[in-house]
Amino acid sequence: MKLLRYGLRRLLQAVPVILLITVGTFLLLQLAPGDTVDALVGDMGGADAQFIARLRAEYGLDQPVWVQLWRYMLKLFQFDFGWSFVYEQPVSAVLMDRLGVTLLLMATSLFFAFTIGVALGAIAARRAYSLTDNVISTLGLVFYSTPSFFLGLMMIVLFSVKLGWLPAGGIETIAAFYSGLDYVIDVALHLVMPTAALSLIYLALYLRLMRASVLETAEQDYVRTARAKGAGETRLMFHHIMRNALLPVVTLLGLQFSTVLGGSVVVETIFTIPGLGQLAYQSVVQRDMNTLMGIIFLSAVVVLVVNFLTDLVYARLDSRIELR
Amino acid sequence: MRRLIATALLGTTAALPALLGHAWAQDGSPDDGDVQRGGTLVVQMSSEQRILNPALRASTGVYNITGKIVEPLIDRTYEEYVPVLATEWSSSEDGKTITVKLREGVEWHDGEPFGCEDVSFTAMNMWKELLNYSSTLQQYLDAVDCPDEHTAVFRYSQPMPLNLFVAAMPDLGHPMPKHLYEGTDILKNDYNTAPVGTGPFKFVEYQRGQYVMAERNENYWRGEEFPYLDRIVWRFITDKSAAAAALEAGEVHISTFLGISTDDIVRLSKDDRFMVGTKGYENNVAHSTVEFNHRNPALADLRVRKAIYHALDIDFAIQNIMRGFAKPGRGPIPSTGGANYTDDVPTYDYDPEKAKALLDEAGYTPDADGVRLRFKHRPAPWGEYTQLWGEYIAQALREVGIEVTLETNDAPGFLNGVYRDHDFDTANGWHQFRADPAVSTMVWLRSGAPVGTPWSNQFGYKDTDLDTMIDVAASELDPEKRAEMYHEIQRYSMEVLPIIFAIEHPFISVTSKKVHNSHNNPRWVSSSWYDTWIEQ
Repeated sequence: MKLLRYGLRRLLQAVPVILLITVGTFLLLQLAPGDTVDALVGDMGGADAQFIARLRAEYGLDQPVWVQLWRYMLKLFQFDFGWSFVYEQPVSAVLMDRLGVTLLLMATSLFFAFTIGVALGAIAARRAYSLTDNVISTLGLVFYSTPSFFLGLMMIVLFSVKLGWLPAGGIETIAAFYSGLDYVIDVALHLVMPTAALSLIYLALYLRLMRASVLETAEQDYVRTARAKGAGETRLMFHHIMRNALLPVVTLLGLQFSTVLGGSVVVETIFTIPGLGQLAYQSVVQRDMNTLMGIIFLSAVVVLVVNFLTDLVYARLDSRIELR
Repeated sequence: MRRLIATALLGTTAALPALLGHAWAQDGSPDDGDVQRGGTLVVQMSSEQRILNPALRASTGVYNITGKIVEPLIDRTYEEYVPVLATEWSSSEDGKTITVKLREGVEWHDGEPFGCEDVSFTAMNMWKELLNYSSTLQQYLDAVDCPDEHTAVFRYSQPMPLNLFVAAMPDLGHPMPKHLYEGTDILKNDYNTAPVGTGPFKFVEYQRGQYVMAERNENYWRGEEFPYLDRIVWRFITDKSAAAAALEAGEVHISTFLGISTDDIVRLSKDDRFMVGTKGYENNVAHSTVEFNHRNPALADLRVRKAIYHALDIDFAIQNIMRGFAKPGRGPIPSTGGANYTDDVPTYDYDPEKAKALLDEAGYTPDADGVRLRFKHRPAPWGEYTQLWGEYIAQALREVGIEVTLETNDAPGFLNGVYRDHDFDTANGWHQFRADPAVSTMVWLRSGAPVGTPWSNQFGYKDTDLDTMIDVAASELDPEKRAEMYHEIQRYSMEVLPIIFAIEHPFISVTSKKVHNSHNNPRWVSSSWYDTWIEQ
């Protein structure tokens, strides 16, 4: 009951936030020079004046900004994202096509980044200032400072071009017509490099945070008390230290969900993965406002949901935190 | 900064000598050996056009895919214009009626017969109304009559030169099936992204952001033998480095229209697995230009425009920016323009001293900082060539005392800046020549285009003599007289320099040597590939 009331209140709070984001981005996007018709004729290599005027009228781009905004908001209240003039499909269909792939990529990347980062961080902290710690920390620094596009391209050169082990891009082998397990394996192979490129930088972040957090927690009085009461090192680590040390890492996980979405723009473009990130990039280039607004709206919702879940996990990890 | 660019350009010249020998006229793929049937050909696309209806979007990015699925009335080979869905064509004496005989026994991919009704419907509803470039070409088209199922009679209110009509057909003459479009909102018709045609390949599926796939048409009118390929897949890979990697990894067989960076093109041209060349793009030659805003009094002065031409080392740019895959421009018609082309035109050597003298003569002498004029230059964002060419122009003009600031935008920003707001002094871009000057480069010289029309004369240049010459040539019926008029236009525009058509360059393909019968006609990427095959 308490949880339900909390959830409902958070939902109500989310409404003005999303409204603000939508109106703000709509107006911000109007500042970009040129519209989707300019981008379209740019792609086509030219068009005549009637053609351009006809397109603009058809897309409603001949109307003043406020009319366009009003129309857009009116539709949005009915959960209608409008029509993508670039894809000639409803925006909701375009988004749903892409959402799955991006969520898959983000989830696997964050999963690997989180689990491996936390594990390595904990190991490094337990063996602080030893050779293991130095190796792990240096590796973390290298991962953290390598831009994902560079890492991605280098991996393609090594594993696809030179060694031929992994496919260079895409989400599946086209015209191979795999089904069942073969298909799953095919997709997994295609995701190895993108996942690595996207997750390593976050892995490094979790690693460093976890290491610092474990070191700090290990100094706490309650750890000393537990040790004095005869708790073994393993129990001490998992039960007393890790659980508390995880709190800041979980906070970061929630916060970073949105930046991973940003990172997937680059990774999806390099690996030609048909996800939301690539769509966002293309929509900017094409000035496909409806699609772009749809992506931003969807991302805002996803981030709000994740933040809500983070708070729930938080309360679960630390029972002193109350949901109000 | 100037030094930096020069060094960057020079750094790449080391790779040149090996390439230059075969740069301009590289052969297409070998057609020797026995034809192998079957297999899947994978093509890289560097941008996604999204509409797959060549009767709604005239663009090589569309033809690259739809050319295999939907066929035009007439196509072009190195020798001549050849029948596809049309079998013969003729014009009435007054040039107002063009009669086209249509091929019999052709079926759409859904089994319906192809006939004059389809041509008439498409011509009146798409070519005349909705298709870019074509709506200007067909503006005087009154009706297309169907005296019988296999004869289409185009009736015009103004004379239409037959050779202009024929030259336009390969790109602007794709009939679409009437029975799938009639009574629908043509622009929102689902078949615009799932085309039904008569071509050697049938559309299978379009996965947005990923690929388009087409498979062999078992019922193709050229006979059971064709096409040789089982399947074609077009993959959208926008990142140029990723595209080069996919080629090298063997996941992609062809990259067209400069789909990878010139560094990679030079590198792969030395790789035995690939053919690199400009053959097959003769119909798609483009000019790299220097455009002037004639509203600026300095640029309205012919001496200043001539000075700018003399300040540009065109050969340096060809060798270092286009890596030898180009030649100097000779006015609005490229050397592949057939009878309409002449090289008997005034030219302008690289001569900075002469440039300075001309500027002195025009009264633009150096101020205390050594600067004669200050210009704002907008380079078009059409890829590496145009960006580097823009930087080179700025650098070269500084040498003769013209201070140039570059303003770089993405496509919508550039198009608005130049063509709508006219907020530039000089600009550079490129413009594709489309087989006939009347449907392509003349719009850069003819005044009167409404403000905001991209790729038209938005340069503030108005010359009634030139306008008249352009109009007369467009409706001249005698091909020989017409050619002579275009020679005159070329000479005149090299004389008065409304814009500088500085460099002509075809595009470049990188093709795996496994692919045979490729690049064997002047618009190969747009053509149907019915005879292309691949080694298994």
